[in-house]
Amino acid sequence: MQTQLSINGESHELEADSRTTLLDALRNHLGLTGSKKGCDHGQCGACTVLINGRRINSCLTLACMHDGDDITTIEGIGSPGALSPLQDAFVRHDGYQCGYCTPGQICSATAMLQEVQAGWPSHVSTSLEDDVSLSNEEIGERMAGNLCRCAAYPNIVAAIREVAGAGEDA
Amino acid sequence: MTRTMTMDRPDERRRLDDMSQGLVGRPLDRPDGPLKVSGTATYAHEWNVPNAAYGVLVRAPFSNGRLRRIDSAATEALDGVVGVFTGEKFLRNPAQGGADEAPVQGTETVQYLGQPVALVVADTFEQARHGAQNLAMEWTAENGVFDPEAQAADAEEQEDETVDQGDLDGAMRAAAFTVDEVYRTPCHNSAAMEPHCSIAEWDGEDLLLRGSYQMLNYNVNELADSLGIDAARVRMLSPYVGGGFGSKLGIAPEAVAAALAAKQLQRPVVVALSRQQVFDMTMRRSETRQHIRLACDADGILTGLGHEGLVSNLPEEEFAEPITQSTHFLYGGANRKLGIDLVRLNRTCAGSVRAPGEAVGMPALENAMDELAEKLGMDPVELRKRNLPDKHPEEDIPFSSRKYTEAMDEGARRFGWSERNMKPGQLREGDWLIGHGMAGASRVNILSKAEARVTMGSDDDGVFATVETDMTDIGTGTYAILSQIAGEMLGLPMERVRTQLGDSEFPKGPGSGGSWGASSSGSAVYLACEEMRAEICQRLSCEEADLTLKDGDAIAGNRKTSLAELIGGGGQISAVGRIEPGKTMKESAQSSYGAYFCEVAVDRVTGETRVRRMTGVFGAGRILNEKTATSQCYGGMSWGIGMALTEELVHDLRDGHIVNRDLAEYHIPVNLDVPQLDVVLLDERDDWACPLQSKGIGELGLCGAAASVINAIYNATGVRVRDYPATLDKLLDGLPD
Amino acid sequence: MRPFEYTRATTTRDATRAGTDGATIIAGGTNLLDLMKLEVMAPERLIDINRLGLNAIEESGDGGLRIGALVPNSDLAADRRVRKDWPVLSRALLAGASGQLRNKATTGGNLCQRTRCYYFYDTDMPCNKREPGSGCQARGGFNRIHAILGTSEQCIATHPSDMAVALRALDAMVEIENAEGERRSIPIAEFYRLPHGTPHLDNELHPGDLITAVTLPAPAGGAQIYRKVRDRASYAFALVSVAAIVTMEGDRIASASLAFGGLAHMPWRDDEMEAVLVGATPSDDLFDRAADVLLKDAQGYGHNDFKIPLTRRTLKAVLRDACNVGEPA
Repeated sequence: MQTQLSINGESHELEADSRTTLLDALRNHLGLTGSKKGCDHGQCGACTVLINGRRINSCLTLACMHDGDDITTIEGIGSPGALSPLQDAFVRHDGYQCGYCTPGQICSATAMLQEVQAGWPSHVSTSLEDDVSLSNEEIGERMAGNLCRCAAYPNIVAAIREVAGAGEDA
Repeated sequence: MTRTMTMDRPDERRRLDDMSQGLVGRPLDRPDGPLKVSGTATYAHEWNVPNAAYGVLVRAPFSNGRLRRIDSAATEALDGVVGVFTGEKFLRNPAQGGADEAPVQGTETVQYLGQPVALVVADTFEQARHGAQNLAMEWTAENGVFDPEAQAADAEEQEDETVDQGDLDGAMRAAAFTVDEVYRTPCHNSAAMEPHCSIAEWDGEDLLLRGSYQMLNYNVNELADSLGIDAARVRMLSPYVGGGFGSKLGIAPEAVAAALAAKQLQRPVVVALSRQQVFDMTMRRSETRQHIRLACDADGILTGLGHEGLVSNLPEEEFAEPITQSTHFLYGGANRKLGIDLVRLNRTCAGSVRAPGEAVGMPALENAMDELAEKLGMDPVELRKRNLPDKHPEEDIPFSSRKYTEAMDEGARRFGWSERNMKPGQLREGDWLIGHGMAGASRVNILSKAEARVTMGSDDDGVFATVETDMTDIGTGTYAILSQIAGEMLGLPMERVRTQLGDSEFPKGPGSGGSWGASSSGSAVYLACEEMRAEICQRLSCEEADLTLKDGDAIAGNRKTSLAELIGGGGQISAVGRIEPGKTMKESAQSSYGAYFCEVAVDRVTGETRVRRMTGVFGAGRILNEKTATSQCYGGMSWGIGMALTEELVHDLRDGHIVNRDLAEYHIPVNLDVPQLDVVLLDERDDWACPLQSKGIGELGLCGAAASVINAIYNATGVRVRDYPATLDKLLDGLPD
Repeated sequence: MRPFEYTRATTTRDATRAGTDGATIIAGGTNLLDLMKLEVMAPERLIDINRLGLNAIEESGDGGLRIGALVPNSDLAADRRVRKDWPVLSRALLAGASGQLRNKATTGGNLCQRTRCYYFYDTDMPCNKREPGSGCQARGGFNRIHAILGTSEQCIATHPSDMAVALRALDAMVEIENAEGERRSIPIAEFYRLPHGTPHLDNELHPGDLITAVTLPAPAGGAQIYRKVRDRASYAFALVSVAAIVTMEGDRIASASLAFGGLAHMPWRDDEMEAVLVGATPSDDLFDRAADVLLKDAQGYGHNDFKIPLTRRTLKAVLRDACNVGEPA
């Protein structure tokens, strides 16, 4: 079936089986291989992309469900010559090792910071009603949907802290 | 030009210390970073190969027996399916690391539930997956063997591992204090984030395989042997590997299946494992049962040490988790009994998972040492220090550099170890019981044969160098450190050195495994550069000792010459360096060392444990890049946290199949499970190790880490967990009501 | 994944009629596609309801809240009114899944999650829930995550939702529309089924039924707690969870609404146990008696035996917090 997808500001015509997930559409049909397949079941976060600004697992949604949506992948966040502040911070803080979960981490963190701006609480927030203070624990919880087997977690937290302007954790 | 060095004697020149560029050791960013953070690094599945078909493997749905028939007619009739493949060349399981030949092959004999028995290929991934899910088979099942401890009587003794020195039983009877306990660790899975994947493409009789592999040098031979073709016909590419941790050491079923299908279909075929298949048909770390006996006198001096284990594997596999590897030399004790028994099971193949041996062997030993310290009423740091042997306790050889004491002292100081409560269950904050624990780290150091080519040329921006080797970077930092070594030796800034990896046509490296990659391939680069420096000296008519290379210039005496000029437009200087392990490996006991200090909080209601802080101090010879080395240690320590608290690959004892075969139920640590770790790398040079004076660090962070968590849980709660992992159910009985 | 015909509903009627004709409704898809990839579920037709609206959170006349079936879990958790007046619901949602999944998972879809039983997920294993009559491998197999209450010979699976546990404590209603366009509202207590001899049926939805909303009664006030116990710090299903809403009058418990996750085929609630608490003065002894009632028929299957003491301990700790009493010295 045919689906019109808007990805990173560009329109793409996808002709694919209805079974095609958004992740497989990106990787196998559109040459956008920055989004990774780590588990294909929403259990690792490597496939994280933004749909209308929100982070989702692209492996658990069908491409044909997303015509008209504004899709942002890691390729739309920044490129090697023009890295986003988060991408740049990941490089400097060594917030990755093998690099496979990294695009998902960065897409996820990009949206996560918006969620914090919007005042969304998390599981570890002491209060549901107060403003969020981005502690290491808050970052750890909010990034829990992005597994990193190399376990660059301490550096991922440091990179996100820096970009969020959160300073040192108390 | 080739320069070869066999490591027959310590290299005390420490030439890297004489260089001027100032790159080696510095915490430089990885040159591959911008590609990785932007999603533009090319992993195995991501090559643009036109007209590729997709293959999906099919597993055997039974544990042991004979696959009589695959009825492919219905599957072949499905939309898009272009072929169903099976047969005697399929791999039963991946090759073991460094096998250099095909593993057991064939689909007729099935020996574990999950064994790959067929490949369904179709025009699209969706079509192939559906075909694979509905492939009909007929089989005759036989009884299998699934429970390791029930089979212990039939175990095969691993004679190379056996040590029986003195009289351990007697030492136990005569000792002032003893520990005599059994520790168990479950199976683990590497769970690298990138599932195994291969794209096979033939050009006539020549095979190009783009895969996710750690050791191309061996993988080419394993693949060729599996297919029955000449290795010269095989080229492999693995420039980026999305994590390995041992799971991608040997050629795996998807590569061979892809190659067979691509050949017959005359079309490239891509085969990626699903996450469930990674669990089913790659490698597991064997479960272990470890019997540890410690005997000491009233002062805590060990008089006896026993470490005897039971591990498992499939029939015909030689690999037996070498749990006693560091126990042989870490502590003294004249009366010693070490050994490993191997049972044959119908379970997924057992092989190398990050730090095979020490990953699970060290925690058991370090738990036992903690138990002994408690009986003695002694600081566990002090107990360890008292038992460091002067030389290898089983062989008459010296230690090379050993920073174990320094690691413990520095860790204790940073952590505030002296302020802990020695008595368990004393410290409480709300519902949290707080405890502290420590453990030692040890990982044997290995040098492996390696070659690399370095070429210096010039372009409009001046002189540059290229490093080429088939070595891989699986997240370890190879791209960074090889560029740093070449830049240091040749006097070039980082951005003027380009390292190219993961092409089997490059000079053969050792591959990424056993923590030998950096030292081995780094030494090869170093030697190539030494040869190039000799050539520069010749052109400048100067002595090597008088030559300084820095920022693209050669300085000899009071003469400064631009290297670009020296090489000349269009010219180049190139050399191959080759390192070979030699007598120093046998004439000294080489290991990296370290120490962990951990604070846990255990919920007194639920038994949930959180690691609140953890310090790791490590001595691994010269550190080549402080940033990437620290990251390796973060990773290792996090694996230790996972091993201590959450990771357990569960086999159903009725049929051996893996029950929790996905990332929702096989619990690797998430971000919130890992605190901001504190890692210190000690300044060290190990002249016996290699001409860089560096040792392995990729696995060290894991080798004992879990014990520090478990020891801290004991300190928090008074509950000794000897059956890993310390999930909450194992603590509940011992917690206050 | 089996090939399927994909259509998009533009009216609720499209969806319910397609459902009558055998189509499976897809909303967030986070569990359905997960299961379809493994062919645990293999619908031939999918009807996509994502563009039906149904995504508003509105105040109802009685002081309650009407939550559209397509409201994402993250929006519901972050809704200011929910955070203030139904905090147990926010807490339960935030304890579930990951930020990415909560953005996609919907209110209606969350209620319809299938079990996480390992044997249900593995199509090479017999499973009465997936394939009625084939057998239950979890009994006698590895059953760490399985039920201890309300099980049957045929099935010992648990319901995995956190949200539904909070909704059970809140006495939420599920609003359903059928193919005839009729709407009915059923208490969440009657929405789920125990496995009995029909474990393939998770709930009381019939072909053609579409969940259109979940409604919450007026705020209950009191102390609201959601305590989830799991195997890692985050991103894991509950071993045991407790949703508690407790109000006090002086030093006595005026009302207690307690629902449990991880224990049964449905969010579990025990009126008899609540009756023990209501009107009584909080004490550890009282909490123990409540736990005795809750767990009197509890049965472990080996690996999940620990859930019995864990439930008792967690319940007692939650009640201590909810009643604001310290532990006995």
